[in-house]
Amino acid sequence: MKYLWRLLGYLRPHWAGVLLTDLALLVGTLLSLAVPWLIKRVIDIGLKGDIRALAVSAGAIITVGLLRFLVGYGQRYGGGWLAYMVSYDLRNEMLARVQSLSFSYHDQEQTGQIMSRMTSDITAMQRFFSGALLDSLNLVFLFTGVTLTMLKLDPILTFYALLPFPLLGVTAIHFGRRVRRLWKAAQERFGYLTAILQENLTGAQVVRAFVREHYEVEKFSKANQQFMDQRLKTIYTWASNFPFMSFIAALSSALVFWFGGAQAIAGRTTIGTVVAFNGYVMLLAMPVRRLGMIVNLYGEAMGIGERLFEILDQTSPVQEQVDAIELPRLQGHIRFEQVGFHYARTQEGKQPTEEVLSDINLDVPPGSIVALVGHTGSGKSSIVNLIPRFYDITAGRISIDGYDVRDVTLASLRRQIGVVMQNTQLFSESIAANIAYGRPDASLAEIQAAAQAAQADEFIRTMPQGYQTVVGPRGVTLSGGQRQRIAIARALLLDPRILILDDSTSSVDTQTEYKIQQALHQLMRGRTSFVIAHRLTTVKEADLIVVLRRGRIVQQGTHQALLAQGGYYKEIYDLQLRDQEETAAANATGRAS
Amino acid sequence: MRGGGQGRLMRGSDKHGIDFKLLIRVLRYIFPYWKLVAVAFTAMFVVTLGTLAGPYLIRLILDDGISQQNLALLRKFVLIYLAVQGLIWIARWTQVRTIATAGQNAIYNLRNELFVRLQELSMRRLNQEETGVLMSRVTSDVNVLQDLITWALTGTASDFLVLFGVVMVMLEMDAHLALIAFSVLPLMVVMTEIWRRYVQDAYRAVRKRNGELLGAIEEQISNVRVTQAFAREQYNLRDFRDRVNGGFLRANLHATRLGALFFSGVDFLALLAIALLVWFGGLDVLNKTISAGVLVAFVLYVDHFFNPIRDIAQRYNTLQSALAASERIFRLLDTPLEVVPPPHGLRLTPLQGDIRLEKVSFHYGDGAWVLQDVSFHVRPGETVAVVGHTGAGKTTIIRLLGRYYDVQRGRILIDGHDIRTIALPTLRRQMGVVLQENFLFRGSVMDNIRYGRLEATEKEVIAAAQHVGAHDFISRLPDGYNTDVEEGGARLSVGERQLIAFARALLADPRFLILDEATASIDTKTEQLIQRALAVLLQGRTAIVIAHRLSTITKADRILVLDQGRLVEEGTHDRLLARQGLYYRLYTLGFAKDRPATQPPKRHIKRPLNPPSTPSFPLG
Repeated sequence: MKYLWRLLGYLRPHWAGVLLTDLALLVGTLLSLAVPWLIKRVIDIGLKGDIRALAVSAGAIITVGLLRFLVGYGQRYGGGWLAYMVSYDLRNEMLARVQSLSFSYHDQEQTGQIMSRMTSDITAMQRFFSGALLDSLNLVFLFTGVTLTMLKLDPILTFYALLPFPLLGVTAIHFGRRVRRLWKAAQERFGYLTAILQENLTGAQVVRAFVREHYEVEKFSKANQQFMDQRLKTIYTWASNFPFMSFIAALSSALVFWFGGAQAIAGRTTIGTVVAFNGYVMLLAMPVRRLGMIVNLYGEAMGIGERLFEILDQTSPVQEQVDAIELPRLQGHIRFEQVGFHYARTQEGKQPTEEVLSDINLDVPPGSIVALVGHTGSGKSSIVNLIPRFYDITAGRISIDGYDVRDVTLASLRRQIGVVMQNTQLFSESIAANIAYGRPDASLAEIQAAAQAAQADEFIRTMPQGYQTVVGPRGVTLSGGQRQRIAIARALLLDPRILILDDSTSSVDTQTEYKIQQALHQLMRGRTSFVIAHRLTTVKEADLIVVLRRGRIVQQGTHQALLAQGGYYKEIYDLQLRDQEETAAANATGRAS
Repeated sequence: MRGGGQGRLMRGSDKHGIDFKLLIRVLRYIFPYWKLVAVAFTAMFVVTLGTLAGPYLIRLILDDGISQQNLALLRKFVLIYLAVQGLIWIARWTQVRTIATAGQNAIYNLRNELFVRLQELSMRRLNQEETGVLMSRVTSDVNVLQDLITWALTGTASDFLVLFGVVMVMLEMDAHLALIAFSVLPLMVVMTEIWRRYVQDAYRAVRKRNGELLGAIEEQISNVRVTQAFAREQYNLRDFRDRVNGGFLRANLHATRLGALFFSGVDFLALLAIALLVWFGGLDVLNKTISAGVLVAFVLYVDHFFNPIRDIAQRYNTLQSALAASERIFRLLDTPLEVVPPPHGLRLTPLQGDIRLEKVSFHYGDGAWVLQDVSFHVRPGETVAVVGHTGAGKTTIIRLLGRYYDVQRGRILIDGHDIRTIALPTLRRQMGVVLQENFLFRGSVMDNIRYGRLEATEKEVIAAAQHVGAHDFISRLPDGYNTDVEEGGARLSVGERQLIAFARALLADPRFLILDEATASIDTKTEQLIQRALAVLLQGRTAIVIAHRLSTITKADRILVLDQGRLVEEGTHDRLLARQGLYYRLYTLGFAKDRPATQPPKRHIKRPLNPPSTPSFPLG
């Protein structure tokens, strides 16, 4: 119930629309009530020879028609408008919330989950607002109106006319409850079928390699069969309820004619009244039949409301302070003081309080290059993610030019930090718009200059529409190396004081790799850079190498110094980097011979 | 979703009008269930007759019962009325059950057929399309058709039947009054025609905007980290609100406005017709040309007259989108197969593992040759490494050997037989393929390894895992071999997935092995495991390895160097280095900038690198 009220609260900003729609609904109901009554007048007075009454009635029906056209329009459009406005507001609010939640939230939630909240759940909500809400109101108006009018015309006949309605209502609600359960089960089976399909398509190569097509077809058709059976069960339930409900409604008409007819013959009521009663019964029967659906939609809306508010009520652990200041143009002096970090306790699956980083102390002067070295899981990515406050530290302090990163506004901080990670994510917009992602106001000349510096200009020019070429969703139309260079251009255009990057260049050919390396060098020039290092060149050029092991700094210094020192760095060097040296050495031999 | 790289199977055209050929093809799926359909239509006929009888009986009740003061006749007609309603109840129950059964079965078959077709499509075709797009063919498109076949079909038929029946009955009862009621029809026709024209565009706009909205939401959610890194939240939100979400809102409001206008208009016309009946019919009653009951019956018939018109107008839109969906479905079903399996393929068991390429040329259908005149011979038991730049044609060779594609020129011989004459299952079952991305299916680790040989016992699965060194980490999983891996194997590391894939391939015990070495970074320990597993896997089999790691390359019996689709060098590591050709350049160029200025070589190059490196050999 709590959720229902809160959902209804979304109507508040549109109160004028709500008022008008409800008014239209009320007037519309009254007008519907008028028609059987006018017909009754025609039969009882007009057809008795009163031509004037006949003309007045006909005129009145046309007037009712015109009025009902107006309010009918208002009611239909108003209902739709409210539903679309609410879903529009909800979507905006959801996106704003999702965008404001820090990485730790997105690490736990799957894209698909949030996606279905924002799409199918909101669509269902829209159905509730446009359908169930107005339908239930309509039902209340209509039932009250019809009952009152009938009582006024003939109380005894009203009793007979309404006799089957409790049965109709109970059947409708019972049916609604049952069909909802069945429908849910069918949806579940459909979900299973979809999962099998998706897996089959993403794993298509494996299926073919192991000649498992028949096996897959069997698996799928079994799921397909199960879905069909469940769906048929749902439809059969519908078949044994809905026609029955129509019959109950007809029973009501029959009662009206049976008892009303007898009374008319006895002269206790008029033919017109009997005909009008039949009209009212028919008017009421349809919405009552929908009662089950309405009840369902209410139930569904509450469930969905709970899911929506679960996201909308999330607060990001990374919050701007109320008095956060705008960070001025930075020099890029970064200090880590006794920094400790672990993921939030709520995170499922992971050990709640395991330290990811502890006792990190670093003093990085402006313009220097820091290479982070260590095995997977040693804490390299965590260190770089803390600087732009993608996560908040759990101990110690990180400052830039003396400002604690928690004291400044997120936007002013992040705008001065360029990020180039291993997997480049692009948007399905033009290449120019992608490069200008951090500075939407950049001119084309600036964009081109950035692309040139990032060694991307050349391939962009060969694309069908050059800079205006729209890249596919997630950049799928570009190769990995191309995406990476666009990401570099994107960071360059931002002209950040601080740079965070991953220097790995996997699956690109030698020439591309060379170009990317050049672009990275260009990017790092004159900026404080944190590099998650995989290559020998990077570590050799770095002003400071930070060697990480299980979240702690075990060694730091320059390449030569650390090699001389021996220890963990030497180990890593032997395992990971030496090979590159060997290759280079081979080259030297080759040249010599 | 703006622009978007949509493939060929995707585009469906929203044509105006109805394509009857298409409709008939859809209906053909119900033909096998014609008996059920016949029952459904009979039942529908009964329902329609009963519905039409309603107002007529009411007229009899009013005229012959009440007006004639005949209580017995009144009760008789009321009971008949109730009996007719009961008949309608049973007939409708029958109608819904039979048509739904027929429709669901038809849909079941269509869905299966689509899935089978997806299994037959070549990898190239699959890779052209986005998975989501192909999925929507089998899911949402078929669902739209499902509604068409089960509801719209009988619904539309019954609407036309009712319409026809009402017209006939009204003309029969009183032609003069009937014509008066029909006088609003021209207005109705004009209104429907206008509405139909506008609403089609309106709904098309809604569908288009809906696609954009879904695409934008997906992108915003999956790229949220980039958005935060560039502090673009406000900008994106504004764009979403005004352009995407706003566009969707406006399109919907437009469609709603049209619908509200049209359906309110129909309501008005119905009342207009009733008013005309009241006036002219009333005069007729006063002139005693008709009875009051006839007039009431006419008023009731007007309702029955407008309901089907409303339904048909509404359903027209459903029909349109159903036909658009079926067009997309049939385009997928009609995609010609690129690799046609030989009707009586050779069943060669076991294969020796002798592979010979003779002047093979191949392109992906666009005329740009990816391989040209490539010839080589791999003897049984040999391990051959293939190296070259991206785009040199390495992956294509894998694809041709598994016959995922057919060559255009030259031929591929397996044990001396042309690959096109060998039964596909024979070929693929004896050929193990391990790819860079090791896809795992949802289900247990056990199931995933067993995918290599479905009838393998638990013992055999464990033995395979032990051989490739995967047993240890699998045993450490929460439920050991029964641990569920999520789809795609998300819970396991890249290295672990690769080991499971190795076990899977080993269990299949193929005669020859094709392996695309992973380039992703793997931690050193797993890397060692993988290298050891690789050695086990390659033992005693003919193997072709797309190699990225130096250690793998140096261990190979022979190295093939590809450049722009041609085989340019062939030989052992030492010999090729000595030649100072492309191999030598590939080997060194990538690290030119890493070269220490003076350092002399300390060790001989061809030592087995131990432990092996992260992806550093630049032959990606």
